Amino acid sequence: MQTALRTSLAETERASRANFAPTSRVLREERPAPISGLPLGIRALRKSYGDNEVLRGIDLHIAAGQFVAIVGKSGCGKSTLLRLIAGLEKVDAGSVSFGDAVKPEDIRVMFQEPRLLPWARVLSNVEVGLGRDRASSDAHLRAEKALTEVGLADKREQWPSVLSGGQKQRVALARALVSRPRVLAFDEPLGALDALTRISMQRLLERVWRDQGFTAILVTHDVSEAVALADRVLVIEDGRIAHDVTVNVARPRERGSVELASLEGSILSHLLSADDRT
Amino acid sequence: MSLIDSVSLPRSIRLPRVDGLVQWIVPLAIIAIWQVASITGFVPTRVLPAPSDVALAGWKLLLSGELVRNIWVSFWRASTGFLIGGSIGFAFGLANGLSQLSARLTDTTLQMVRNVPHLALIPLVILWFGIDESAKLFLVALGVFFPIYLNTLHGIRTVDPQLIEMGRIYGMSDGELFRRVIFPGALPSIFVGIRFALGIMWLTLIVAETIAASSGLGYMAMQAREFMLIDVVVLSILIYALLGKLADSASRVLERLTLSWHPAFQKR
Repeated sequence: MQTALRTSLAETERASRANFAPTSRVLREERPAPISGLPLGIRALRKSYGDNEVLRGIDLHIAAGQFVAIVGKSGCGKSTLLRLIAGLEKVDAGSVSFGDAVKPEDIRVMFQEPRLLPWARVLSNVEVGLGRDRASSDAHLRAEKALTEVGLADKREQWPSVLSGGQKQRVALARALVSRPRVLAFDEPLGALDALTRISMQRLLERVWRDQGFTAILVTHDVSEAVALADRVLVIEDGRIAHDVTVNVARPRERGSVELASLEGSILSHLLSADDRT
Repeated sequence: MSLIDSVSLPRSIRLPRVDGLVQWIVPLAIIAIWQVASITGFVPTRVLPAPSDVALAGWKLLLSGELVRNIWVSFWRASTGFLIGGSIGFAFGLANGLSQLSARLTDTTLQMVRNVPHLALIPLVILWFGIDESAKLFLVALGVFFPIYLNTLHGIRTVDPQLIEMGRIYGMSDGELFRRVIFPGALPSIFVGIRFALGIMWLTLIVAETIAASSGLGYMAMQAREFMLIDVVVLSILIYALLGKLADSASRVLERLTLSWHPAFQKR
C-alpha cells in the first residue's frame, strides 16, 4: 500500500512537471527582469499577549532572495513571528527591518484561507493585490499575467465559489504576486489542501519563487514540506529559535530522496525530543 | 455496500426549479374550487361571493376609475413610507455598524423603541396627524425602519473579519474597504431586512387605512362593508395579496441581480 501510494505520487509529480515545464519556459521569455528580494533583519524581537509571552527574543538574519521555512509545534509562536514580519501586529520590543525603504506593496502575505472576495470575479480579486496601483490603466493586464502564472487564465470571469480549494489558493497566490512583492510571507498556505494538490502547489510556489526572486518565508507544520522547499529551516520552541538547519540539496529536489528524508527525520526528532523534555 | 448503492441520495440541495407556471397552480386551483362551491350553493354568496362576482365588481370599479385611484393612493403611501423609513433605518444601521460611538449612543434607545408595537401608536398618531397622509406615512416608515435597521446592522457586524484584514493588508482606504468588502458582505442580510420590511409595510398600511383614511384600498374595503358589498371587500383583500406578491417579486429580482456571486443564486 505504502509503496503503491509512493509510486502514484511520483507519477503525478512527473506528470505535473511535464505540464508546467513548457508554460513556464514561455512565460520566462516575456517576463521583465526579476525583482530583487529584500534581506530581513530581526533583532531581540519580543511579543506577548497579556501575560502570555509568545516570542522571547528572536535574532535572525535572512539573506535577500532566500527561502526560509519556519516550523514548530502549534502555539510555539511561528505564526506570530510571521505576522510581525508582515506588519500585521505591533512589535513589543526589538525590531524588524528590511534592507531598503519598503512600500506596502513590497511585502505580501498568503494565509491558510484564500480570503477571496466572494462577490468579485477571479480577475478583480487578483487586481485587489495591486494595492495603490488598482486604478492604473494596466491593472487588468497585470492581473491577467499573474493569473496566467498560476495557470488559471481561463477562470478569470468565474466567481470564487465555483473554484476548488486548490484553485482558490492559486488565485490568492496570484493576488499576492501581482504587485511583484520583494518579500512574500506564507502562513501555512497549503494546510487545508489534500495531499496531491499540496504537492502541485509546492511545485508552483517553488517555481514562482525561482522565477521572481523574492524573499520567501514559509510557516508550516509539515516538516517534509519545509525541507522540500526551503534553503533553510528554522525550528521554533518556546518563543525562541531552537535550531537553524541549512538544507543543502540541489534543486529541483526529488521528493522522498534519502537526503531530504534524513533531514526531515533529524528535524522531527528535534521537535519530538523537546516534547519528551517537558 | 449494496445497501448504500441502492439508496440514491440527493447529490446536492437545490432550490426547486420553478417553471414560472408551476407556482400558480395552487392559487388557480383554489379559485376554481371556490367558483364551483359558490355556483353549487355549497358556500352561500352572502358569506363568500363567487370569484366571477368579485371579478365583475372589480371590472365595474375599474371602469369608474375608483379602483385605479385607490390602488395608486395605497401604492404611493406604501412606497413613500417604505423609502423614508427604509433609508433612515439603513442610515442608522450603517452608522451603528461602522462606528462604536454611534452604536453606544443610539442602539439602546432604538432597541427600547423597537419593543413597542408600532400599531399601538395609532391612537397617538391620529391625535397628532388626524387622518392625514402624514399619519399613514409615519406609521409605515416606523414599521419598516426596524427590520431594515436591524438587518443592516447585523450584516455589517458579521462581515468576515479575515476579509477586512485582507483588505487592510492590500492597502484599501476606509472608503474602498466599505465599497469593496463591507457593503457587499452585508448585502444578503440587508435584503432579508427589505423583505421583512415589505411584509410589515402592507400590514401597517392596511390597518392604518381601515382605521383612519378617506381613500386607498383599506378605505375602499371599509366603505364596501358599510354598504354590505361583500364582493368589493373580497376584491380588496385579493388586491392586497397581489400587491404583496408583486413587492416580494421585485425584491427577489433585485436580489438575483446584485447577489449573483452568491452560491444560492447561481444558475446551475
